[in-house]
Amino acid sequence: MPAVTMTVNGVSRSADVEGRTLLVDFLREQLALTGTHVGCDTSQCGACVVHMNGQSVKSCTCLAVDADGADVTTIEGLANGADLHPMQEAFREHHGLQCGFCTPGMVMSAIDLVNRNPSPSEGEVRHWLDGNFCRCTGYHNIVKAVMAGADAMGGGS
Amino acid sequence: MSDNGSNGTGFIGASLKRKEDARFLTGRGRYTDDINLPGQLYAHLLRSTVAHANLGSVDTSAAEAAPGVHAVFTGPDMEGVGGVPTGWLIHSKDGSPMVEPAHPAMAIGKVRHVGEIVAIVVAETRDQAREAAALIDVDYQDLPAVASLEAARADGAPLVWDEADGNLCYDWEVGDRAAAEAAIDGAAHTVSIDVVNQRLVPNAIEPRAAIGNFDPTTGEYTLYTTSQNPHLIRLLLGAFVLGLPEHKLRIVAPDVGGGFGSKIPHYAEEAILTWTAGQLARPVKWTSDRSEAFVSDTQGRDHISTATLGLDEDGKFVGLKVSTQANLGAYLSTFATCVPTYLYGILFAGPYTTPAIYCEVEGVFTNTVPVDALRGAGRPEATYLLERLVDKAAAATGIDRVDIRRRNFIREFPYQTPVALQYDQGDYDATLDLALEASDWDGFEARRNEAAGRGKLRGIGISTFIEACGIAPSAVVGSLGARAGLYEVGSVRVHPTGSVSVFTGTHSHGQGHETTFAQIVAETLGVDFEAVDVVHGDTNAIPFGMGTYGSRSLAVGGTAIYNAVQKVIAKGKKIAAHLLEASEEDIEFADGNFTVAGTDRSKSIGEVALTAYVPHNYPEGLEPGLEETAFYDPLNFTFPAGTHVAEVEVDPETGEVELVAVTGADDVGRIINPMIVNGQLHGGLAHGIGQALLEHCEYDDEGQLVTGSYMNYTMPRAGDLPNFNINHNTTHCTHNPLGVKGVGEVGSIGVPPAVINAVVDALSPLGVTHIEMPATSQRVWQAIQAAQAQD
Repeated sequence: MPAVTMTVNGVSRSADVEGRTLLVDFLREQLALTGTHVGCDTSQCGACVVHMNGQSVKSCTCLAVDADGADVTTIEGLANGADLHPMQEAFREHHGLQCGFCTPGMVMSAIDLVNRNPSPSEGEVRHWLDGNFCRCTGYHNIVKAVMAGADAMGGGS
Repeated sequence: MSDNGSNGTGFIGASLKRKEDARFLTGRGRYTDDINLPGQLYAHLLRSTVAHANLGSVDTSAAEAAPGVHAVFTGPDMEGVGGVPTGWLIHSKDGSPMVEPAHPAMAIGKVRHVGEIVAIVVAETRDQAREAAALIDVDYQDLPAVASLEAARADGAPLVWDEADGNLCYDWEVGDRAAAEAAIDGAAHTVSIDVVNQRLVPNAIEPRAAIGNFDPTTGEYTLYTTSQNPHLIRLLLGAFVLGLPEHKLRIVAPDVGGGFGSKIPHYAEEAILTWTAGQLARPVKWTSDRSEAFVSDTQGRDHISTATLGLDEDGKFVGLKVSTQANLGAYLSTFATCVPTYLYGILFAGPYTTPAIYCEVEGVFTNTVPVDALRGAGRPEATYLLERLVDKAAAATGIDRVDIRRRNFIREFPYQTPVALQYDQGDYDATLDLALEASDWDGFEARRNEAAGRGKLRGIGISTFIEACGIAPSAVVGSLGARAGLYEVGSVRVHPTGSVSVFTGTHSHGQGHETTFAQIVAETLGVDFEAVDVVHGDTNAIPFGMGTYGSRSLAVGGTAIYNAVQKVIAKGKKIAAHLLEASEEDIEFADGNFTVAGTDRSKSIGEVALTAYVPHNYPEGLEPGLEETAFYDPLNFTFPAGTHVAEVEVDPETGEVELVAVTGADDVGRIINPMIVNGQLHGGLAHGIGQALLEHCEYDDEGQLVTGSYMNYTMPRAGDLPNFNINHNTTHCTHNPLGVKGVGEVGSIGVPPAVINAVVDALSPLGVTHIEMPATSQRVWQAIQAAQAQD
């Protein structure tokens, strides 16, 4: 089995994986980072979004071996102790989550948007979130949260 | 105490941030698939690839020999285990009980829909289980399938069940047929409509999962499952399927990633995983993938209806007759039979005074995935039909769409409808007025003209509706065939130092119960919001419960908690009276303090709690401790109501519909947490808009699901939806102490007809009078072409 080494939430992690192991399964099953979720099998829903080298990726759509040597951040790596990341705080403040299942992917995706586009318009937020499904919120408060989070991030993380 | 039963501490009515959010935002939620037990094995379920077949041999030998495999079981291995039960017995017009076929957990002899479970493979890893399942050789001897209502009810149609002639499960009715027909026959105007309410896939973003476990030393089974109602699962799984007593069966529904009705039913997978864990004395885990969910989660709606409304010269509705066929799928899921009957036919008064109403429903078996509740469950189907029909009546009579609704509103309460329900309270004019103002209804023609200048057809649509939440009371639903009570249970434990644990039989999977219920307790008990935690989802921790569905949790579960608090206060008064050397009758309770009336002598709830647990100076004969449980069985449904307005622009060249604006004016009863209530409205609106414009679950004639993934089943995405304009006008429910009604399903009930009425309004200059849901670009374009061809 191939060995992989990657930095996950600031900590170097090494493990043997099967060649076919998806990054999301590596994170959830081998590293017990269960904040990253799996909501579909066609790369549509975005519940599995993490950052790889600072950019959002759907971790159900890349192999663990693809992340060898990469710097991976998951939802567990965002907060600084009890201090939430500004985007997490914005989701809390604006009720941008209900059941919480899509939330990690939404937050990770939203941060990448703001890194690329510090002051997105509402239309740009809605367009960017095309790859993140939510069945609970109707997106109304998610969009509000992302725009507020963008403001709070001061244009980038 | 104020009129809302609160102590004025301000927790009720405040948009407090949610207690749940910290864990969800940091990846520390605990969903079923996040749980792994020591020694856990993994299951893969082999599912039928055909819609209807005799099962010949099922050769599992190669799978059993595959690496890592511990066991393979098929239907006959579980023979003798009870079948999966259904929760409501419906009787037909002639008094005969519905056809209630056997529902084995795994197929025996026949398969009846794509996705039915044929075998379970248990292995060391998920991949090993999946790969071994591919080695099972199943001899499917194909039979002709019926995949639609039309096919199932056609003369000579193949039978899903030999015992169900014409594939009919039941032929039910409600209301007075003769009175409705006589009223329609004598009416000045009649309008008719044929409508399809299409099949939908619920699509909670968390796929279902289950972990069965068995402890041979205690004989106790534990099932972790993605359920909206763990006690109901324990009841059905224990009493009906596996024959296990409650004290040896624990059901845990931890964090659940959305339900929308699809996580109400007791599923075969829950029985199979629990039983398999017992066979192997090892924990066994199954997690559905999305493709599997599309063919195994219960689906929703799927009606074909025809209806006629009679009106007098003044546009008053005089009679309504509805005939509906409802697709139940291949097996009867838990609430499959009551959704198109007792949650549908009884809604046809809507907010109107129609004096004679009759509804008949054929429940029909097909070779498709079982159908059960989906957000709204019966009420969206009724509301859509009624509100489309009212718009047609307006067009036929030349009466304005708003005016015709207003002419027919119920204004005197309580109001007994001709279809069983009695509405306790409402103010339909108020929500209508609010919606018209908030949507700038009167300014619409200017917007239509402006859009026309851009080559767009702009339309506006309205629906005025009621819903019925918190189905009750138990005795009545029992007389109508329900096999369970519909009460709820709340337990309030005041700890020795004054913090509080609340135990509820409802289940929160997005609704924010941990916050809302804590607000009720903090307010009524006069303690700090942070001092209250709500526990749900574990049958070993919570006395009992019926769970969360039908927008019942606050009205029924919240009231049970409120009543338990009142019991705590009553006991606290005895303790305080003793401590204060006063008469119990002289003790008043407010803001967390027990006070001797007319004095400043008081004891706090914390002091009373400590005394209850350290009863050194204590009333004689009174039990120590400060913990109370209440079972609350409501006297009636609650009746939220409202008006929804939708505005669309249609591109006549492409048929594309842009939803420009959505306005809601809702009466959902007293609001505990406005932030959460508005969030529920947003979600329901998105679900309803999804039905109106995007979503459609389709099977081909052979019963193969055509829309079996997110690649071809259109989920609402952020870019498909506008911001929502939410407004409230509140009347209080008269028969629960909090005055609360329900909110979770409002959007999915009220908005679909508003959207379709808007699309039809936009297209009406072209001569289009109806369009089926979902109003996709293709459908709209075809409707435009057909209308133009007729010109």
